[in-house]
Amino acid sequence: MSIFRTHILIPVDENTVQSGVFEVKRQLEKELLLRNLEGEIKVLETGTVGIIGKGVILVVFPERMYYTQVKVGDLPRIVEEHLIKGRVVKDLKHFTLDLQSGMKDFHELGPTRRQDRIVLDRSWKMDPENIEEVLAAGGYRGLEKILSAPLSPEAVIEEVKKSGLRGRGGAGFPTGMKWEFTRKAAGDEKYVICNADEGEPGTFKDRLILEGDPHRLIEAMEIAGYAIGSRKGYVYIRGEYNLSIRRMQKAIDQAREYNLLGGNILETPFSFDLEIKKGAGAYICGEETALIESLEGKRGNPRLKPPYPVTHGLWQKPTLVNNVETLANVPEILFHGSAWFRKFGTDKCPGTKVFTILGHVEYPGLIEVPMGTPLREIIFSYGGGVKEGKRFKAALLGGAAGVFLPEKLLDVPMDLESLKENKAVLGSGAILVMNEDTSILDMLFSILKFFAHESCGQCSPCRIGTRQLVDLAYKIREGRGAEGDLNMMVNLSQTMFSTSLCPLGQSLIMPVRSAVENFRDEILTPMKPS
Amino acid sequence: MTPQDIIQQYDRSPDNLLSILHDLQDADEHHYLPEQNLRRTAQYLGLPLSFVYGVATFYTMFSLKPRGRYIIRICQSPPCHLMGATTIVRELMKLLGIHLGETTRDDFFTLEMSSCLGVCGVAPAMMVNDEVFGNLTSERIREILEEKRRGA
Repeated sequence: MSIFRTHILIPVDENTVQSGVFEVKRQLEKELLLRNLEGEIKVLETGTVGIIGKGVILVVFPERMYYTQVKVGDLPRIVEEHLIKGRVVKDLKHFTLDLQSGMKDFHELGPTRRQDRIVLDRSWKMDPENIEEVLAAGGYRGLEKILSAPLSPEAVIEEVKKSGLRGRGGAGFPTGMKWEFTRKAAGDEKYVICNADEGEPGTFKDRLILEGDPHRLIEAMEIAGYAIGSRKGYVYIRGEYNLSIRRMQKAIDQAREYNLLGGNILETPFSFDLEIKKGAGAYICGEETALIESLEGKRGNPRLKPPYPVTHGLWQKPTLVNNVETLANVPEILFHGSAWFRKFGTDKCPGTKVFTILGHVEYPGLIEVPMGTPLREIIFSYGGGVKEGKRFKAALLGGAAGVFLPEKLLDVPMDLESLKENKAVLGSGAILVMNEDTSILDMLFSILKFFAHESCGQCSPCRIGTRQLVDLAYKIREGRGAEGDLNMMVNLSQTMFSTSLCPLGQSLIMPVRSAVENFRDEILTPMKPS
Repeated sequence: MTPQDIIQQYDRSPDNLLSILHDLQDADEHHYLPEQNLRRTAQYLGLPLSFVYGVATFYTMFSLKPRGRYIIRICQSPPCHLMGATTIVRELMKLLGIHLGETTRDDFFTLEMSSCLGVCGVAPAMMVNDEVFGNLTSERIREILEEKRRGA
């Protein structure tokens, strides 16, 4: 094996791909070849570093120097100045970062601030398409631990229960309990499904986990399969996520080759196999029963619950459906133990959470911090505050099925319990920041249009209700509304909450009520004669 | 490969329906599912044609109308809306001379609305076939359309 004096990591995710990362990589390799540096300097593709919207990024190790917005034209200087002469190219955008200690921060602001990473810990340090690097970075050690001990399935479930891990898809159901229900459900044939149908507007955490560390999900699903007594799993990925599908398939193939997936895994009696199913563009399929219908090859119409998937899921067999981020925590919990996991986050909501910070902020991106981190810190320290020095008006938390949070609630800790106390939701972890110039009514209108488009049409409250809400909001927006219309919107979404079949129709009350309660005067403004 | 070959790669199990439709559409010159292919699929899987039609029309990625060489999927979900997607959509419609859901006369571009593409960090964003483009501005979309026209 050759030793390289310098490694250059190039994060490849959908964001950098659209900035031309492959061309930069090709030219960089050419440049190195030209100067006979190919034996000294290694160029590696990795998963995301969590810096979004800053173009192509190069990370130079061991200095941990980050260059952002890198263009092909910058490469000769980076090679000449930095790689040969050892001088930082100061006029290019750069910073250093140490995710583990946070000591070498150049900035207190932005995505380089200290983070505690569990699910995204590995993704930026290795090539996700190379299983040997994944193994060297600690891949499959959770699975290896339980299979070699061997730990009984019950003991695995107990450990997950003790960790206090709760579903990261939005509902926050205790993961260990879900596993236990599925294990105890009658039947020999059981399934594990990874819900990677990430469609909540403003959310892309699952995509970056899939792109950056697909082996982590394979390992997690195997552990889940072992715990509940299943031999077969499905990863249901959104049809639009091309890179995720490609990397996941590659990971599955490699894992099979290394006897980490398939029959008699690691020469133990445990067998488990995985298959990718590709979605075809339907927001509703993120709902677990709709997802199951879609997996069976049908329209994604949600089922009436109960019975729940834990007893009657895929082909009416007991089925465990877990979100990507939830599963991504599992290998670390098993490897380090539940006590370690509980060191992060709050008592009722342990662990970390991946947040996507978007909209009018200085540094849009993705961070992983302990549950309970105050919203103000996330927006103003990690997100760098409101762009162009404007004033903060509101944050939409949790995507379209989320709430508008006013300035007075900025200090709320971001965990399931604290948010619930403040009539808000964590949802998927999307934080959309809006500046003083934003019209709340306009944003609400956009949300309502989204729901009207995505309603599956199966039940009338949702099919008709979403349409009526769009019409009411339109009327108000055009200045033809009255205060009564606003009250009707709240009443209607309340009725939809009580009568809709699935969470889609039930969740419109969140954005509607929070917008009306917190921004009533503003929404009423167009109604007042000018 | 003929459509029939594509279909026969799969087992005759109804859960393969979405995968078959994806493959058929990907292989079609006009990126769509002609009636004949829906019939073939229905027959192969032993499903009523109405069922297959129901599935094909439920999901936004499937089209029953012929489409252009490049399918532009523009995201209009709230994060992109906040960052100015409405202007971009209007601009695209003007530049292409078509509405959402339509195809240009030269069969080059089809303009569609998409659900959240998950690249909200670079909103407003769109996809052209499998390629993602973000931080869209009026100039940028002009460039992209030019590039595609020239590249063909």
